[in-house]
Amino acid sequence: MANLQSDFIGIKSPNPFWLASAPPTDKEYNVRRAFEAGWGGVVWKTLGMEGPPVVNVNGPRYGAIYGADRRLLGLNNIELITDRPLEVNLREMKAVKRDYPDRALIASIMVPCEEEAWKAILPHVEDTGADGIELNFGCPHGMAERGMGSAVGQVPEYIEMVTRWCKMYTRMPVIVKLTPNITNVLYPAEAAKRGGADAVSLINTINSITSVDLDLFAPEPMIDGKGTHGGYCGPAVKPIALNMVAEIARNPETAGLPISGIGGVTTWRDAAEFMALGAGNVQVCTAAMTYGFKIVQEMISGLSEYMDDKGFTSVDQIVRRAVPNVTDWNQLNLNYVTKAKIDQDLCISCGRCFAACEDTSHQAIAMSEDRTFSVIDEECVACNLCVNVCPVEDCITMETMAPGSVDPRTGQTVAPEYANWTTHPNNPAAKAAE
Amino acid sequence: MVQDTFTPGVVAGRLDQDTYEAQFSDLHPPLGAHEALVAADRCYFCHDAPCITACPTDIDIPLFIRQIATGTPDAAAKTILSQNIMGGMCARVCPTEQLCEQACVREAAEGKPVLIGQLQRYATDNLQARGEHPFTRAEATGKAVAIVGAGPAGLACGHRLAMLGHRVDVYDARPKPGGLNEYGIATYKTPDGFAQAEVDWLLKIGGITLHHNKAMGRDITLGELQEDYDGVFLAMGLGGVNALGTTGEDKAGVLNAVDFIAELRQASDMAAVPVGRDVVVIGGGMTAVDAAVQAKLLGALNVTLVYRRGRDRMNASPFEQDLAASKGVRIVTHAVPVAVHGNGAVRDVEFEYVDDAMKGTGQMLRLQADQVFKAIGQTLEGDGLPQLDGGKIAVSQGGRTSLDGVWAGGDCASGGDDLTVTAVAEGRDAAMDIHATLMGTAG
Ligand SMILES: Cc1cc2nc3c(=O)[nH]c(=O)nc-3n(C[C@H](O)[C@H](O)[C@H](O)COP(=O)(O)OP(=O)(O)OC[C@H]3O[C@@H](n4cnc5c(N)ncnc54)[C@H](O)[C@@H]3O)c2cc1C
Ligand SMILES: Cc1cc2nc3c(=O)[nH]c(=O)nc-3n(C[C@H](O)[C@H](O)[C@H](O)COP(=O)(O)O)c2cc1C
Ligand code: SF4
Ligand code: SF4
Ligand code: SF4
Repeated sequence: MANLQSDFIGIKSPNPFWLASAPPTDKEYNVRRAFEAGWGGVVWKTLGMEGPPVVNVNGPRYGAIYGADRRLLGLNNIELITDRPLEVNLREMKAVKRDYPDRALIASIMVPCEEEAWKAILPHVEDTGADGIELNFGCPHGMAERGMGSAVGQVPEYIEMVTRWCKMYTRMPVIVKLTPNITNVLYPAEAAKRGGADAVSLINTINSITSVDLDLFAPEPMIDGKGTHGGYCGPAVKPIALNMVAEIARNPETAGLPISGIGGVTTWRDAAEFMALGAGNVQVCTAAMTYGFKIVQEMISGLSEYMDDKGFTSVDQIVRRAVPNVTDWNQLNLNYVTKAKIDQDLCISCGRCFAACEDTSHQAIAMSEDRTFSVIDEECVACNLCVNVCPVEDCITMETMAPGSVDPRTGQTVAPEYANWTTHPNNPAAKAAE
Repeated sequence: MVQDTFTPGVVAGRLDQDTYEAQFSDLHPPLGAHEALVAADRCYFCHDAPCITACPTDIDIPLFIRQIATGTPDAAAKTILSQNIMGGMCARVCPTEQLCEQACVREAAEGKPVLIGQLQRYATDNLQARGEHPFTRAEATGKAVAIVGAGPAGLACGHRLAMLGHRVDVYDARPKPGGLNEYGIATYKTPDGFAQAEVDWLLKIGGITLHHNKAMGRDITLGELQEDYDGVFLAMGLGGVNALGTTGEDKAGVLNAVDFIAELRQASDMAAVPVGRDVVVIGGGMTAVDAAVQAKLLGALNVTLVYRRGRDRMNASPFEQDLAASKGVRIVTHAVPVAVHGNGAVRDVEFEYVDDAMKGTGQMLRLQADQVFKAIGQTLEGDGLPQLDGGKIAVSQGGRTSLDGVWAGGDCASGGDDLTVTAVAEGRDAAMDIHATLMGTAG
């Protein structure tokens, strides 16, 4: 078993799997059970100011999107930050941290955008023994309307300002949690860095409406005939989160900024992917909410088996490993030619590849009288759609054409050298290589 | 020359070679990678899952299925094998329709459970085929334990003890290890030498020495073992066979079903195993069904399984009964044997029909037979054993017997179903109790 010990901005945990700030980390009872189940750390459910806590709706706060067999793919919520008094949360955090010194405990905070408010809460948090703080600039509903959460996260200047206050008033490491509800994630990430953030974490949830009740004509989740947009999370948001993480990781301005990856992490593989794209660790919410705390066991066994297979001895060896391979479209090798190939032994003759290619792509799949499906190399542009729609894993594969062979579609010989759009003859702005 | 199925008497080679091979091949062919992923995807990862509760070895089923679903079948295998070192054999022979799969919530939802047994086989086969043994031994404790019987109970106990750092000697009366895995389980459940391959793989843990052809009561005594070792685990199964108690039982052609099955399991060529044209099997358990089905597969023309009570009382599961029926075995219920007729060799068997209270009805049945297999239960053999309870060694928690330093488990011990998986569970649990006792940490 590989050693999964993690050190994220100086915060140690036995593995890189943290629970994100959300219902799973809402109270002492949950967090103790999460640690017993094996989670490496938690970001406590977001704390608010002293005084009467916020209130949540008393009807449904979640809506869901399902895949086949009612597998939950996306979750939407209209929950606010903690609705329990600050003192209670602080007392519980202190007790938990005392009993689990080897686990990471991070306090998530959201108070109004005023220096005094931040200055007031930080010493109390420090007193719990928490390992760090996470600034919740991401919550897209309810809190934003009060000038907090994503209302701050959408204004880079505010991010920078609040981050700076926090760095000024506490010695704890500061993680800035980013909202994806923006045009370009680099602006808030750069602002966090300018403010002195030790790390960013992303993504928080995405503005969404999961469905509409077609009898009552109201969005879901519905409260007394009305609904509001909520925050979307779960497996469905992973691609969006991965891209944002990668963008920050490869942006020269933010390249050295540690990232805690969040958004749809459900299996060890998701976690490894986030880490390869630049995340130093990952946070999980929906997967725990769907399957319970126990899923961390699969994450632990899966990641350590993967590391053993690869000969990695530390999780750091995964972190950023794929970042150099994330590039811009115009850098992709246009001399790289592939063709789809159908494994006739695996094919079950469903014809989905045919429908997809014939109706919507390049008419590059032939169907015989006896339902044999095969790729017409003369027509195949290698778009990958058939691979994506085929129900049998590895039944259709993309085969790379060897340099020197002739692409039957274009009649051209596959060139061995790399050549991208910037030098392509069709590009009006092409510069000949010097 | 290939004999016809119509040839009377007990003869070998009734079928052609290809038919034998097809008949005795895997009952459930292993899942391919695609099938395994589709099957794994159906698991809901239930909380405090009922399938785990239903497994006598408490395998964490949702976890191992999720590990398969996430592309780590080796991790799945470790999850299985850490609870049940014979997870490979159990995946093949467990009556899953009465255990984990019966409890599966998708059995309740759709009448189609998650294919737990087959997924278990998928995970363990992958790892074992590569010869990888995922466990290592703890530092040597200096303690030594003797185990009597190299069946599932004995080997599971031995493996766990070896893992915990003890030295283990296993004594078995037979020339090969495995117990009924090797000499009893139906051929089509464990073809291609899997039983021996599994034992070889299990022994890779190290620290276990097998002593073949060493029977307790013949070559060694319990007293000697108690003297020479720090602990003794009795796992000799049930060596004896119940008699019919009818006239003519001694006629040629009347055999113990377990002996017929053992002969079959040890045969390298099914064409060399003789079988009757008209076969009668008496009994209602797994042994009876296995003998009947395999007689049919060997080419017997008429095979009749006769049981004294109704189908619902048969020990063989409905799945096993259906399997027998699908192979062409006729099942007769509510009939008890009264006499075996024949001149030297059996010619027919006479039964009387009985009611639910086993009271004779006066109605008789005569079945033509050139072979009769008795499968009406096995019994414990041996003298000087610890105290018995209902014909088996009385055990309490952790397999403790009435004798200090002597534990027992598997078929020879009281309690539990006579199944491979229960034998494994009892062997493992006894090992934990022996360990605690030897290390002075027992409660
Ligand atoms: C025909 C048949 C089919 C079966 N099919 C199934 C099935 O499909 N699924 C299932 O779950 N269960 C099945 N069972 C039951 C299962 O095989 C047993 O419950 C299980 O093998 C019991 O394990 P054990 O270790 O207690 O004993 P055994 O497997 O009987 O092993 C006992 C060992 O002890 C040795 N031994 C005996 N006496 C002595 C002695 N005096 N000294 C030294 N060694 C001795 C024997 O040689 C043997 O190796 C079947 C049983 C039979 C008979
Ligand atoms: C019900 C619910 C409540 C949440 N509350 C908070 C919160 O209080 N503070 C916060 O920073 N993020 C909150 N989140 C966002 C999660 O921490 C996380 O960023 C998001 O769900 C994406 O991760 P996932 O796909 O693993 O769920 C909440 C999410 C959910 C589903
Ligand atoms: S999950 Fe629990 S709290 Fe929520 S609606 Fe169901 S029963 Fe109520
Ligand atoms: S989609 Fe896949 S399985 Fe279906 S016909 Fe095409 S290649 Fe065969
Ligand atoms: S009961 Fe069925 S669905 Fe639930 S965990 Fe067990 S195998 Fe999976």
